Amino acid sequence: MGTLSRLARRLADLVGAHRAALQPAVCGPGIAKLGATPLDGLPSVGLARLRGTHLKYFAPSTVEEAVGLLAQPNTKVFAGATDVIPQIRAGRPEPDALVDLKKIDRLIAVQCTDAKWIIGAATPTARLTANAEFSAEFPGLAEAAGLIGSDQVQSRSSLGGNLCNASPAADSVPAMIVNGARVVIATANGGTRSVAVQDVPTGPGRTSLAPGEFVVEIEVDRAPARTADAYLRMIPRTEMDIAVVGVGVRVTLDESGKVTDALVALGAVAPTVVRVPAAEAALIGSTLDDAALAVAAAAASAACNPIDDKRGTIAYRTHVAGVLTRRAAVIAGQRAAEKNGASR
Amino acid sequence: MSRIQVSCTVNGDPVDFLCDADGSLLNSLRDELGLTGVKEGCGTGDCGACSILLDGELNCSCLIFAPEAEGTTITTVEGLANGDHLTPLQQCFLEGAALQCGICTPGVLVAATSLLNHNPNPTETEIRYALAGNLCRCTGYDKIVRAVREAAAQIRETSA
Repeated sequence: MGTLSRLARRLADLVGAHRAALQPAVCGPGIAKLGATPLDGLPSVGLARLRGTHLKYFAPSTVEEAVGLLAQPNTKVFAGATDVIPQIRAGRPEPDALVDLKKIDRLIAVQCTDAKWIIGAATPTARLTANAEFSAEFPGLAEAAGLIGSDQVQSRSSLGGNLCNASPAADSVPAMIVNGARVVIATANGGTRSVAVQDVPTGPGRTSLAPGEFVVEIEVDRAPARTADAYLRMIPRTEMDIAVVGVGVRVTLDESGKVTDALVALGAVAPTVVRVPAAEAALIGSTLDDAALAVAAAAASAACNPIDDKRGTIAYRTHVAGVLTRRAAVIAGQRAAEKNGASR
Repeated sequence: MSRIQVSCTVNGDPVDFLCDADGSLLNSLRDELGLTGVKEGCGTGDCGACSILLDGELNCSCLIFAPEAEGTTITTVEGLANGDHLTPLQQCFLEGAALQCGICTPGVLVAATSLLNHNPNPTETEIRYALAGNLCRCTGYDKIVRAVREAAAQIRETSA
């Protein structure tokens, strides 16, 4: 949320809406389908509604009902709609029907079993980060989820939405990946399938979900002993911006403080989140000493394939990915050590 | 196609309104219910001028499809005061001149109310983070932050 480009697009929207308002023949009662009549090639978004009135709205209360609705062509599911509504307002083609997933109990739930956490895909991130047990077990994932937008947006944003919007800069995705998170997907034939979070986004705005599928839950195995994660992102402002680089790290220590397992994932430096096996290998077996951290940082920088834009140049993003990898590894290591052998 | 009927509670009153499937709650509040204290700044969840409490949680009403309001309880800036009796927060904004042009003020008041509901003794940093989703183009942030701190102190004093 909160990009200058968004504001620029919004300005274009306002111009479009203003022009439409000056055209009574277009926006008069009865034919108030502004979306059907683009003016001057600008997205013509009415202030009275986002688009035309043809669109249908459904709020199913079960997964099965939602699957049935999605069998209709050009039907889109949404959770918080914090990305969907700005995209529609920016002129992206509108679906014929919207399916609100928030009335399905299973999608708004945070559960913990002996083996795993199960997070409903549409659960507001504010509710997830308010869960003290979850935040203590996965501080990095909780931090990442809490960085999505303002407090207003936090009331709506969700792990499922953040993942399926498929922004390369989505904050929660590197943090989910280093925790080995999986998603349970409802399939069009009424079944479910489970895939790793890292296999869901396939490129900016694209996912591996087939038509008619949607994410029901995110599953994260309980963190092993002396294991902790951290997520750091770089933004040019203090708040309300999109990651120029985001780094998730999780480490597991043995009783002597040596790293026995490590996962490193980078956001906003490639079309999808990048795991960095070379950085993980550098950390494993180390005590997170300077030499190991330097190798891990260099490996993270080497794994970057970023875009060059006004928010961050290729050189800057590549350098910062290394810096944040080092810092996040140190924080994760400190947290893991503080758990001090306690079971979780 | 026919419009959708929505029943909810707004500022303590049960209300019904008709909306289109993809109409925003912001526009229903303004155009159907006459609650023009809810402002449209950006329409994309960036500026917070349309902030409301939906079932007690802070939200941008521009980011909510109007039919989603079915069965909810909504508070807008119009519902903060008790009749002519302003809340301490509103009074502190008045006395501290914590506004310039005023278009962001309703959203700021709702967001700050939400903050004080959750945290009666916020630090300046916590206030600034809590209001990060509310943009003031007159850049009057210092007076806004001071007014919220003063209101928090007054509320703590009276409830002590």
